[in-house]
Amino acid sequence: MSSTIKSPWLIHYDASSCNGCDIEVLACLTPLYDVERFGIINTGNPKHADIFLVTGSVNERNIGVLQQIYSQMLEPKVVIACGICACSGGVFRDCYNNLGGVDVAIPVDIYAPGCAVRPQAIIDAVVAGLGVLEEKRAAFAATGGKLAEKPVLASGLSSANKIVDGVSVRDAAFTKAREASKALASVTDRQEGANND
Amino acid sequence: MGKRTVIPFGPQHPVLPEPVHLDLVVEDEKVVEAIPQIGFVHRGLEKLVEKRDFQVYVSITERICGICSFGHSLGYSQTVEALMGIEVPRRAEFLRVIWHELSRVHSHLLWLGLLADAFGFENLFMQCWRLRERILDIFEKTTGGRVILSACCVGGVYQDISDEDLRGIILVLDGMKSEYNELLKVFLGDRSVKSRLCDVGYLSKQQATELCVVGPFARASGITEDIRNYGYGAYGALAAFEPVVSEAGDGYGRSEVRALEVLQSMDIVKELVEKIPDTPVNVAPKGSPAAGSFAVSRLEQPRGECFYYAKGNGTKFLDRFRIRTPTSQNIGGMTTTLQGCDLQDVPLNVLTIDPCISCTER
Ligand code: SF4
Repeated sequence: MSSTIKSPWLIHYDASSCNGCDIEVLACLTPLYDVERFGIINTGNPKHADIFLVTGSVNERNIGVLQQIYSQMLEPKVVIACGICACSGGVFRDCYNNLGGVDVAIPVDIYAPGCAVRPQAIIDAVVAGLGVLEEKRAAFAATGGKLAEKPVLASGLSSANKIVDGVSVRDAAFTKAREASKALASVTDRQEGANND
Repeated sequence: MGKRTVIPFGPQHPVLPEPVHLDLVVEDEKVVEAIPQIGFVHRGLEKLVEKRDFQVYVSITERICGICSFGHSLGYSQTVEALMGIEVPRRAEFLRVIWHELSRVHSHLLWLGLLADAFGFENLFMQCWRLRERILDIFEKTTGGRVILSACCVGGVYQDISDEDLRGIILVLDGMKSEYNELLKVFLGDRSVKSRLCDVGYLSKQQATELCVVGPFARASGITEDIRNYGYGAYGALAAFEPVVSEAGDGYGRSEVRALEVLQSMDIVKELVEKIPDTPVNVAPKGSPAAGSFAVSRLEQPRGECFYYAKGNGTKFLDRFRIRTPTSQNIGGMTTTLQGCDLQDVPLNVLTIDPCISCTER
């Protein structure tokens, strides 16, 4: 076990969430849930962070910001999608300005569903994330600090720039990623209740 | 005169809980101009009203903003009820106001905490959020949710609060009050807090009137405008209602207004619990909003006056639903207070209007 997972630092970004999940993420850091007792500290600087908590779904305006923050984080890093919006687009899935869950922009390691996601679920997700972080660190160390493979920016997406430049936003790969997130959505729908349809 | 530089602020910034981008034009350490850019949280929820049944849409309105979620579902329900001429049972009106005022307590405590965090008083931040959890416990006990309550529906509220639980709420609030008064002393009396907040982001009464700012932001500049004064819902049953106003016009005034409103909301809840009548809590809406009918309603959200408009078209889908949120009114005031301020005051100025970006962009 390395020192990284003894005190992982978090960065949180609100993609297009309704604030519900954000305040739950913050609630985790405050006295009742107090994740600081596990050495988890919230930071505003991507370069200091090990775990990236994203709430809310992706839209055309923030997809670049998300990828920017992700690419500024140093390896090894773990991404956690907090809330059903971040997992699949959730309640806002049918909105015109919604591309889907966070996984259409960056690779996601852990999904924490719920609307709003409960602090317990966030803590669980972070703890699960520590396992992934340790695995990634070991793999990273084994290659002598080189990435085993070029980081893939999203399931099926070869390059992030494709999206950021806004030229081929809805190309085939993108549609594929979106389909995948839709499939996930149908699973998570049940947790969300029958509210939506 | 110094050289002009543009400093980007946001969308991801340590003091910003929500993404908003400001281009700060600075000369040396002074901000000359602040140009806001929004759109990071836009989802298109108003349009979604065309795809969702008007009763189901209540759950969408709650997700316009997670902090004032109950308020938005209340505002939407009120509007649709006006549209269809539904008379809401009296007990439901009381319960709605009780939840709404509790949301205000939770929202203001959250904001006071963030403010403390912004001026570097970590302990105070934690204390505010610790107290806030008690309100969330009440929510969890009475509705099952912590932030998204799903309590309001067109025609009333989904579930009742038993008299025993209502008494429990009073006990919790009474217990909180003495602890909250301790925090109040720090917010309103502590020398270092005062020196950080006084004269920061001054907005005169005239400027506030001209820029049409609303809510605590306006009340801190001496404007006595509070929609609760007009007695909608159960507010009419209150013996007296006096908006909290401050003449200070600066960051201190804004925190004073919000800090005192917490106590006011607690008193409102207490008074309503004593007066609550015993009736059913909802009526089932019949039919659909008529074609061509429209209705408006107003509501005092924690951040200020919120305006709702709905238009029916004879089907169970509404034709149009529109919200004018308090923050969209206050952005003009915010950029005015930013002009000429010191660079280190920017986060504080942005925060003291209590911006809610996800309401504004929907
Ligand atoms: S999952 Fe629910 S609470 Fe969380 S951001 Fe989305 S709508 Fe809001």
